Amino acid sequence: MRRVCITGVGLISSLGVGRQAHVPLGPAQRDAQSFAPFPIHPLPALGMENVIPRREYRQMENFQRLGTYAAGLAIADADAAGLVAGMDLVVAAGGGERDWGLDEAIQAELLAIPAEGREAWLHQKLADGLRPTLFLAQLPNLLAGSISIVHNVAGSSRTLMGEEGAGAEALRVAAARIAAGSAEMVLVGGGVIAERWDVMLAFGAALHHGPWCPTAERDGLIMGSQAGFMVLESEDHARARQARILAVLRDVRVDAGPEEGRAERFAALAPASGGLSVAPMRAMAVPGAEMLADAIGSGFEASFPVGVALAALRVEAGAPHIVVHGFGHGYGEFSALVEPCP
Amino acid sequence: MKDHRGRPRVVVTGMGLVTALGRDLPSSWAGLMAGRSGIRPITRFNTTGMRSRIGGCVDFPGDVPGRPLTMAQRLVAMGELALDEALAMAGLAKPFPGRLSLGLPPTELEWPARADIMRHAEGTTNRDLAIASTGMPEVHRVQQVVEPVRHFAARYGTRGFPQAVTTACASGASAIQMAVEAIRRGETDCVLSGGCEASMTPETMIRFSLLQALSARNDPPETASRPFSLTRDGFIMGDGAAGLVLESMEHATARGATILGEILGVGERADTFHRTRSSPDGLAISGAVENALRDAGLSAHAIGYINAHGTSTPENDKMEAMAMHLVFGETCPPISSTKSMLGHTLSAAGAIEAVICLLALRDQMLPPTINQTDTDMALGVDVVPNIARPHGFSAALSNSFGFGGQNVCVVLGGAEA
Repeated sequence: MRRVCITGVGLISSLGVGRQAHVPLGPAQRDAQSFAPFPIHPLPALGMENVIPRREYRQMENFQRLGTYAAGLAIADADAAGLVAGMDLVVAAGGGERDWGLDEAIQAELLAIPAEGREAWLHQKLADGLRPTLFLAQLPNLLAGSISIVHNVAGSSRTLMGEEGAGAEALRVAAARIAAGSAEMVLVGGGVIAERWDVMLAFGAALHHGPWCPTAERDGLIMGSQAGFMVLESEDHARARQARILAVLRDVRVDAGPEEGRAERFAALAPASGGLSVAPMRAMAVPGAEMLADAIGSGFEASFPVGVALAALRVEAGAPHIVVHGFGHGYGEFSALVEPCP
Repeated sequence: MKDHRGRPRVVVTGMGLVTALGRDLPSSWAGLMAGRSGIRPITRFNTTGMRSRIGGCVDFPGDVPGRPLTMAQRLVAMGELALDEALAMAGLAKPFPGRLSLGLPPTELEWPARADIMRHAEGTTNRDLAIASTGMPEVHRVQQVVEPVRHFAARYGTRGFPQAVTTACASGASAIQMAVEAIRRGETDCVLSGGCEASMTPETMIRFSLLQALSARNDPPETASRPFSLTRDGFIMGDGAAGLVLESMEHATARGATILGEILGVGERADTFHRTRSSPDGLAISGAVENALRDAGLSAHAIGYINAHGTSTPENDKMEAMAMHLVFGETCPPISSTKSMLGHTLSAAGAIEAVICLLALRDQMLPPTINQTDTDMALGVDVVPNIARPHGFSAALSNSFGFGGQNVCVVLGGAEA
């Protein structure tokens, strides 16, 4: 099996953009008001309209913009802009963003419309109110599509859905392809926006509500906007082009199954203590683990790629080796080892 | 047992189909061979005022007009039928001894369920609904994107993390591709694969209509999907599901399974041109075909039949025909679009059409493209017009192209005599 190297990282969260904002982690940025009673970790002003071409920017929703921005950072960090034509892409993403202004306008009237005419009334409202290009901004695979269009990434393209575990599975598949020799260079990651009422509605029952509290005390997750992309590369390919190797990615393990076996499956993957946890809540705690969600909140599909990207930056800065581990709020258990390249 | 690159050969030992033409593989295939259309007026919701009011519907007893099954419920209902059929054909019992990889659409909170939450909310703002929803976990469970794939993983006892693959209209082909790669890497001996689609909800139909993607030829419904014709004006949405049991040839042979066919190669190429249109030079499509042929170790003349993406939109069919000429030269193999009969089953299409190719190889019969009263002769392709045709061939190509520029091609072979 070939060694899988991380040669580029694009990291964005409530703490800001890139290395300086994340190594070391700054104080958490939180917003308790805007989406109360659900606290979130919001994005700072990013000026994404200045880094994504205007024509494309207008056709994307925020999760696509954020992911596309982070993907571009990873490509630049890997000094791989000239290699995108053959670069493969694996993305983890969830359902896209709705027009929640339109939803709210419809909700204000819906139940007052006589039942026999309500369906036709609703459909007319949607037909009149939806922006024609919104659909494309909503589809999860259009994050990958946007990355291909904006950054000219033209190899293979796959998108996985499935909350937190999908982010880990995307990373596992990307690393496995490189290890087995069926890919040389893969761009992999995800991006999630917390500032969305539609996602609060979709995940309401899984969210923490009330005052902010540490992850180790949460039973529901606190969302944080975040995106993590990485360029993974075979060691031979990286050395041949004299690329800087940030870290080596090993042992990406992902599992899922019935609820009753979760703790056992997780224990089989995660270390007995320590490491960097991207867990969304206190269940299945690993003693001594650093809880990344304390600093930046939870980012569903993006959580694990963000954790691994951060670990790569820390290894580059001198950390010996870091086990990144976590689990989905509903299902999926996962871990990976990030270590220096010998 | 190994292919031309020394990788494990990947064979098909079980197949299942649910389409607008039938709830199982034999009835679906019989309908396709008869050149019958499964397109009819939509009855499970009110289509008044909609541009497109017809579809390849797979309705269930739970579909009360105005209160149809949710997308997730229909995905589960169709997926169970198709995957059960595939598993039974493969002679495998649960728990399934390998992974799960399915092409699936994103689901979301639909309006009937949203109205239920509103009845428990203090007001009508999103905030009011979100707060009310925290006490209604059961409403969420049947709407979540992950619910169908979690359900299938639990039902079949598959191993590892279940893959819900989405590359829009190429999802089913991408799922097969990811399954094939996992078997070739030796990660798993077998994969339960396929795709399901149930996006025919009012809001999704409205979204596609706003993109000018759907046909407005509502009457008569049977003639609306007319790929490669001069009067094609958009696609028709279809429900459907396909299941495939994929195994390494070694695993299938060792357990004495009947080999139904083979996945000879897979290839893809992302288009960087536009979200809904192919690059005008056709190179992203032809590149995907060439990658699939290279992966299969075959030259273009080995392909005896192409199951087209063939959506019946003016753009797709023109670009697809042009790109096939780039690969195959002036004379292409026969190309038919079974979407003329089933509608466009989006996330399931790649998997359904892979099964159709395997059945065509088994019976040495090509399914037709129906509604060919005005075939666009300028495209220069033999579309197998209207009537199924006997044909001797040993390899087929299945094309799938997704919004977002995700082009995936699968090369299939028949069972060896």
